[in-house]
Amino acid sequence: MALDYSQKVMDHFMNPRNVGEISNADGVGEAGNPKCGDIMKIYLKVNDETKIIEDVKFKTFGCASAIASSSMATEMIKGKTVQEAWDLTNSAVAEALDGLPPIKMHCSVLAEEAIHTALNDYRAKHGMDVIPIEHHED
Amino acid sequence: MQEKFVYMDHTATTPVSPEVMKAMMPYFSEVFGNPSSVYSYSKKSRAAIEKARMQVANAFNAAPAEIFFTSSGTESDNWALKGTLENLKSKGKTHLITSKIEHHAILHTAEYLHKIHGFDVTYLPVDSEGRVNPEDVRNAINDKTALVSIMFANNEVGTIQPIKKIGEICREKKVLFHTDAVQAAAQLNIDVKDLNIDMMSISGHKMYAPKGIGALYIRKGIRLENFMHGGGQESARRASTENLAGIVGLGEAMEILKTRLDDDMRRISSWRDEIISGILAKIPYAKLNGATGSERLPNNINCSFIGVEGETLLLDLDYRGISASTGSACSSASLDPSHVLLALGLKHEMAHGSLRFTLGRLTTHDHVKYLLEVLPEIVARRREMSPLWEDFLKSNA
Repeated sequence: MALDYSQKVMDHFMNPRNVGEISNADGVGEAGNPKCGDIMKIYLKVNDETKIIEDVKFKTFGCASAIASSSMATEMIKGKTVQEAWDLTNSAVAEALDGLPPIKMHCSVLAEEAIHTALNDYRAKHGMDVIPIEHHED
Repeated sequence: MQEKFVYMDHTATTPVSPEVMKAMMPYFSEVFGNPSSVYSYSKKSRAAIEKARMQVANAFNAAPAEIFFTSSGTESDNWALKGTLENLKSKGKTHLITSKIEHHAILHTAEYLHKIHGFDVTYLPVDSEGRVNPEDVRNAINDKTALVSIMFANNEVGTIQPIKKIGEICREKKVLFHTDAVQAAAQLNIDVKDLNIDMMSISGHKMYAPKGIGALYIRKGIRLENFMHGGGQESARRASTENLAGIVGLGEAMEILKTRLDDDMRRISSWRDEIISGILAKIPYAKLNGATGSERLPNNINCSFIGVEGETLLLDLDYRGISASTGSACSSASLDPSHVLLALGLKHEMAHGSLRFTLGRLTTHDHVKYLLEVLPEIVARRREMSPLWEDFLKSNA
């Protein structure tokens, strides 16, 4: 299958932002599974008082659109509050990348899910209720 | 993107060679007569087709009357399976035996025959190197078996099947034997008589002839229903006005191929082995998929790299000017990883992390060295950003 990625996708794939880990992260979340060919792991550093995400890192196993979605999603939540980060949708990520091929839309869903899982981890560590999240199937 | 063009996907397709192109050129505008026409002008077209038929037949030790031109390897496979099963149905033969690692031209045809016509299909397993056990073929044959179809060599992992032995068993059991030799015919010396082959599919564009031309060898005396219905071309067995220039190209390509095959394959298999040993030495936890040495197609390298995904590597390679292929789901429309790699017993994540390099006439030794220079960096960089690699290292620590 020919791969027709936007320039933005290729840019974030070739030069991904925020790659790495955060030791003592306030929230860590993982989504996907190796069977389907993609896993995303997101690390958050959150300011306790302002609730602002001061740092975010990711590690991703997956195709170009998975890596680009992780990179873009982490850029989009950096400097935002945890509530703003929760409200980030997969379609906003895909839009910011100038679109993903239809068959790769699940990569942006994965990014949303990894962020939600990391935010829930943060919530749990801070005595807040965990918000149920829908896990995507593939 | 760099201007560099390191083409390592000869199994996907090959360029038309200049000699083949030259042989074809007169058959577009100069000699264009319909071979079926009566007037003398068309004799030249007929003669060109019969010359090509001879060239193809000679390459496989077949008789010219046993070669039928088709539009592709896929059509040849469809014809062999559907035509044989439809023909033998009235004799109560309703069973097809094939393998789990066939090309989709065979697998999807077999699924169709089962779903639409109710024929029974047995899909034989393969061992961890992708080999069909001939004894499994023997055991699968029953009194309803019409046809055994096992590919000569696998397009993804390059494993060459024990064709002669399988052919022998089929002869002994009086069951027809077809082989999809689309890849093998471009790289191996094949003698259909010696190997007990009843039907064999080949394709032009894998052997420096154009796309859109193929052939089916049908041993003398074997009957099968037609697949293409219409005019009386190809001894009334395959309708449609002949692809004159394509047929000329296929004949020429086969003749050239045979004259240089031994030299080409000696060189290419040594580069194949250089790449395989280079990858295994330079990239930690790299795994070779498929068989080794003379049981592997001379041009095929297929490796898995735990922790990374194939499409990612393909794009990184593309950026460095290298064209390759992967068995990862992420590069397929279905999102399923390669059925071949799964049949070899690979875990999904290893199938996702596979790359295939296939060498050919465009390959130079500089390409080989260049690949071995850039691939280890690419794999290492992507592994560094992979949580799966991190987990793998921890579990192996």
